[in-house]
Amino acid sequence: MPEAVTKAMPELAEIQTVIDRFARNGMRGALLPLLHALQEEFGFVDPQAVPLIAEALNLSRAEVHGVVSFYPDFREQAPARHVVKLCRAESCQSRGSAAIEAELVRRLGIGMGDARPDGQVALEPIYCLGLCAIGPNALVDERPVAGIDRAAVERIVAEVTA
Amino acid sequence: MTRVFVSRDMASVALGADDLAQAFARAGCEVVRTGGRGLFAIEPLVEVETSEGRIAYGPVGPRDAAAVLDGTHANRVGVTAEHPFFARQQRFTFARCGVIDPLSLADYAEHGGWKGLEAAFRLSPQEVVDAVKASGLRGRGGAGFPTGIKWQTVRDAEADEKFIVCNADEGDSGTFADRMLMEGDPYCLIEGMAIAGHAVGAGHGYIYIRSEYPFAVRTMRDAVARSAGRIAPFTLEVRVGAGAYVCGEETALLDSIEGKRGQVRAKPPLPAIEGLFGKPTVINNVLSLAAVPFILSEGAEAYAEVGFGRSRGTMPVQIAGNVRNGGLCEIGFGVTLGELVNEIGGGTASGRPVRAVQVGGPLGAYFPPAMFHLPFDYEAFAAAGGLIGHAGITVFDDTVDMARMARFAMEFCAVESCGKCTPCRIGSTRGVELIDRIVAGAPRGAGMLEIMPQMRNARTAARTQDEEIALLRDLCDTMKFGSLCALGGFTPYPVLSALDHFPEDFGGASALPEAAE
Repeated sequence: MPEAVTKAMPELAEIQTVIDRFARNGMRGALLPLLHALQEEFGFVDPQAVPLIAEALNLSRAEVHGVVSFYPDFREQAPARHVVKLCRAESCQSRGSAAIEAELVRRLGIGMGDARPDGQVALEPIYCLGLCAIGPNALVDERPVAGIDRAAVERIVAEVTA
Repeated sequence: MTRVFVSRDMASVALGADDLAQAFARAGCEVVRTGGRGLFAIEPLVEVETSEGRIAYGPVGPRDAAAVLDGTHANRVGVTAEHPFFARQQRFTFARCGVIDPLSLADYAEHGGWKGLEAAFRLSPQEVVDAVKASGLRGRGGAGFPTGIKWQTVRDAEADEKFIVCNADEGDSGTFADRMLMEGDPYCLIEGMAIAGHAVGAGHGYIYIRSEYPFAVRTMRDAVARSAGRIAPFTLEVRVGAGAYVCGEETALLDSIEGKRGQVRAKPPLPAIEGLFGKPTVINNVLSLAAVPFILSEGAEAYAEVGFGRSRGTMPVQIAGNVRNGGLCEIGFGVTLGELVNEIGGGTASGRPVRAVQVGGPLGAYFPPAMFHLPFDYEAFAAAGGLIGHAGITVFDDTVDMARMARFAMEFCAVESCGKCTPCRIGSTRGVELIDRIVAGAPRGAGMLEIMPQMRNARTAARTQDEEIALLRDLCDTMKFGSLCALGGFTPYPVLSALDHFPEDFGGASALPEAAE
């Protein structure tokens, strides 16, 4: 969610506003939808939000932190400006994704799972996008890209480093 | 104004369908966005409405609009349903997918939608359960448990409230049928869930979709909102996962909906007795629930007529990986693996020989072409040391290193383990280490502990390669029978099948052809 990145440090009051929306409507099992909403709003789940969520949903802070840390989607720091999620699952492997991963790692100068120190781009693993006969596949800033070859790597790198 | 049809399926969009749709809109056409037809080799695909029906062209790009509209484009496919890939199929569940505008209630009703729900409302709840039982429908998520019996258990349970949960956490690599159905015919799933609600006495349902499927999430949310009046008093809610593969396991999924870490529960109690929020819960895969409207509208016999042995009806098989005609093929059980891979799939995309296929996702066995005579059937695959799973077939050519794939299976299990049981959490990591040592030909020698003077009975000689392989088999045995759920329990399938059918990749002698029979 690139447009959210500009709000690097959300105010507690802003976080509380999002939390209140969920606490008020009495949704059952509201924690995951709430965390998704916070991440959509601010780009990440600020650790400052944990006690506020615990209070609002009548949970312990440990329970909330446990859920935030369990799910790979939830991040506790602001994401890079561009995120490339490359599929590592079997179907993409059968179509040469290992070589594409190596090429992306080399061209972006970061390891799989890392972000560039300047916060420009991150390369993350993802396990299957369900486009399994047209791989290797990736989500480039949430946009699906299929059939990635070396030329496509060039286009992606140019796009995310611009 | 000419009407043209362009898919809005995530796969089609990834291949450029949005640009194609814009090009036809600029050319003055009325563009209808449909679901995916299911054959990726002819995507991006456009269908032009003519007096002879819809004529398809593909693959085509945005610059081809003029040539397509005057009928001169070289990639003319003709009538889509007559293409060899589709001609053999029996589309019960996917009849509308790729044909209609997924969110148009008028299209849905025009193409036989809601007939199943209307039929169900004319029957008593018990008669609906009986119809599902008579159809022989088995859980399409992988376990193959009879759906009717599950529904009966929930129907018979006494409770102040019950739930219908749809497992749309389709995490297996090589599978995409759930995604295509949710994007291409969402009301079909909604109708199936409403029928289930009527049958077991549940008032509310949840559809749990993985976050890797943003298109399906959007389409389902929209469809739920638009059809709320049609399925009332039954209500539905879409919940989105957060990147944990293990949440495809039904009890972990229930915990995730409840707002907890997605950890597996010990069974019993079964979810049918104590499921979501401790209440009796029907939890079914997308394809199981989406098969129900057909069963109710066309009759249980019409569904059960097709199939093989105890596997009745059709299976939306997904042919994926290194394959020429990859895509969705809904066909009656009993078709052989070889027909699916070579005839319908057309062999590898790379043009090299097929070396292995993995059936059933990351937890499914690898089969060599010597086993292509296997009929697609739950029992036949179980007898051959594998599983159908969610019916994804991933094809590999002869460049694949099977020891590396076995290692990946263990690595994936280690990454995705929920951590609740030891065989899965620790066994998977030990498995990666073991396979690394086997492949490197560097068996484990004596460690610091074994060489201590007090350890008189400890062995100080290094293990042999055969002992390391025996240890890997032993570890797989522990994981298979000691894990709480299918993640740890089925990870041994790809590992052991790779070891059995492709020992040469682990530094052993080549498997004899008869050993593969």
